[in-house]
Amino acid sequence: MSRDVAVVAFAQTKHTGEDAGLTEVELLAPVITEIKQATGLNRFGFTCSGSLDYLAGAPFSFVSALDTVGAWPPISESHVEMDGAWALYEAWVRLQHGDVDTALVYGFGKTSQGSLREIMTLQLDPYYLAPLGPDQVSLAALQARAFLDAGHKEDDLRAVAARSRAAGRANPYALDLPDPADEGYEVAPLRPHDCAPITDGAAAVVLAAGDRARELSGHPAWIRGIDHRIEAHSLGVRDLSRSESAALAAGKAGARDVEVAELHAQFSHEELILREAIGLADDVRVNPSGGPLAANPVMATGLIRIGEAASWIHRGEARRTLGHAASGPCLQHNLVCVLEA
Amino acid sequence: MPSSEKEPLVADHVLEFPGGYTRSVGPVIGRFLTELRDGRLVGVRTASGGVLFPPAEYDADGEAVTDEYVEVGPGGTVTSWSWVPRPRATHPLDRPFAWALIRPDGADTALLHALDVGTFEPGADPPKSLRTGMRVRPRFRAERTGSIRDIECFRPDVTMITVPSRAEYRLNAGRALTRFLDGVSEGRLLGHRCDVCGKVYVPLRGLCPVDGVPTTDEVEVADTGTVTTFAVNNIPDPRAPQVPFVSAYILLDGSDISLLALVAGIDADRVRMGMRVKAAWKPREEWGRTMENIRWFEPTGEPDVPFDAIKDYL
Repeated sequence: MSRDVAVVAFAQTKHTGEDAGLTEVELLAPVITEIKQATGLNRFGFTCSGSLDYLAGAPFSFVSALDTVGAWPPISESHVEMDGAWALYEAWVRLQHGDVDTALVYGFGKTSQGSLREIMTLQLDPYYLAPLGPDQVSLAALQARAFLDAGHKEDDLRAVAARSRAAGRANPYALDLPDPADEGYEVAPLRPHDCAPITDGAAAVVLAAGDRARELSGHPAWIRGIDHRIEAHSLGVRDLSRSESAALAAGKAGARDVEVAELHAQFSHEELILREAIGLADDVRVNPSGGPLAANPVMATGLIRIGEAASWIHRGEARRTLGHAASGPCLQHNLVCVLEA
Repeated sequence: MPSSEKEPLVADHVLEFPGGYTRSVGPVIGRFLTELRDGRLVGVRTASGGVLFPPAEYDADGEAVTDEYVEVGPGGTVTSWSWVPRPRATHPLDRPFAWALIRPDGADTALLHALDVGTFEPGADPPKSLRTGMRVRPRFRAERTGSIRDIECFRPDVTMITVPSRAEYRLNAGRALTRFLDGVSEGRLLGHRCDVCGKVYVPLRGLCPVDGVPTTDEVEVADTGTVTTFAVNNIPDPRAPQVPFVSAYILLDGSDISLLALVAGIDADRVRMGMRVKAAWKPREEWGRTMENIRWFEPTGEPDVPFDAIKDYL
């Protein structure tokens, strides 16, 4: 029997598509300040972050980010070299212990300083994959091809991109991207609009357990189910047209009857694969924020999905929502979080 | 001046293990790389009886593999692909190519590698021949070290060949063509008028193909005429001044049948039916018994001939 834990606050930067002249720490600091003010909390029972040192190319760059939190006297803190959604998972587990009631979770990423497509090559198996130098978009396109071969059309991908970009233009935190144009292939079958934009940004969430959550928020978004599953890294042993790990995580998290789903789809076809895997009905609103195709601050993007899904409940506009995060090449690793008023 | 109004302060930064990062490969991947160095592809038998390729210590279900290695391929099938119109610096090929998942014959799983399907201009769309299910084979490097890059790339199976085809002759132009080319060697274009139908055929050929009667009535026609129809050619030809060039049927003034020749001195996209042209002769000292005395036809600048005047000669 798990302890009731809720998302009680969410904050994010106004993400930018180019280097705004801020360091990762400077990007993050206003978000931490904002969420402390929103909750009235200055100290948390637990703090957990998600980031990627390779984005800045500096070892332990995540340690500097602790300056934004204020870590003296020493705080109970942890970090995942993953999207902040997995930091949220760790914080949720930590709150299950019962000895602390609040947790600060954040993620940040400044992707404008390097070449994200090649940085993501560094996460690949060093024996069979990395020496070939396949970049992130080339691998995603292999999955898109497998998805199209399973009976879908390139126009289906364009429709996802068009809807995401239009929604992003209405979201003050997302980028202002035009409707998909008739462009050539980035890596066939993906076109530039099928790929998430390079984005700098950060986000933070506060979790609280039981009565503490009710004190901190009039509309806490209760985590009713959270689960993450991973499948084989080697693309050649997987059926790329489907996502078994997302289906499994969705089943374990109880992903049924949601009104809104925020999916961590960095490529158009990923949204369609995830919809099917999670079993979302046609009337579910998917990525009303614009999703990653409208703003992709790597390592915060998944956490933002949970934050956006929680915001519908905070605003009293939905009763049951879903946030999803993904990691690894071609949706290798999937996390599903079901939230309820 | 406050610092925010100055140029951003930026610097280059490289993260690198100079010389590369040393890794032990273990017995399973080590066996694969050793066989690969010898030019062989091997998979490993899984506990459930399948063949995992490339080998790993565990299969996708987390079961430890057996110690039985199985030679697979070298032929294989593409199970998915992506097309790179503009290769990046880290890519294994420097011209457009495909990434492919390739399942070698005898294996149950696939390998990622580059697939070279030929030479294309940067930015090209994927070729039609690139398809899931296509048959491919590895191209091994001559010098191999025990690396996944011992395979330079994969290539499609052979489905087409180009065969040399050539025979040599010594042709005689014959009576009529010799007479015509003798005329050309003097700067004259000769035809025959048919006694039955009255039409003038250039070049003369000694008979009327409509009436099937011999012709002998020699007529000299002008080296000016009208384009009746034309084609824009995008394949280079040594006789043509450039690509694209125009080949046209030209109805010489005084003739009743049009003659195939090149048109130059005008952009290909401005040539039109009904355009008036004149022969551009080579310098007289270069003339011989050949139509090459006329380089091509060039516009005269006269008004175009209405379609009705040429419609019967198309």
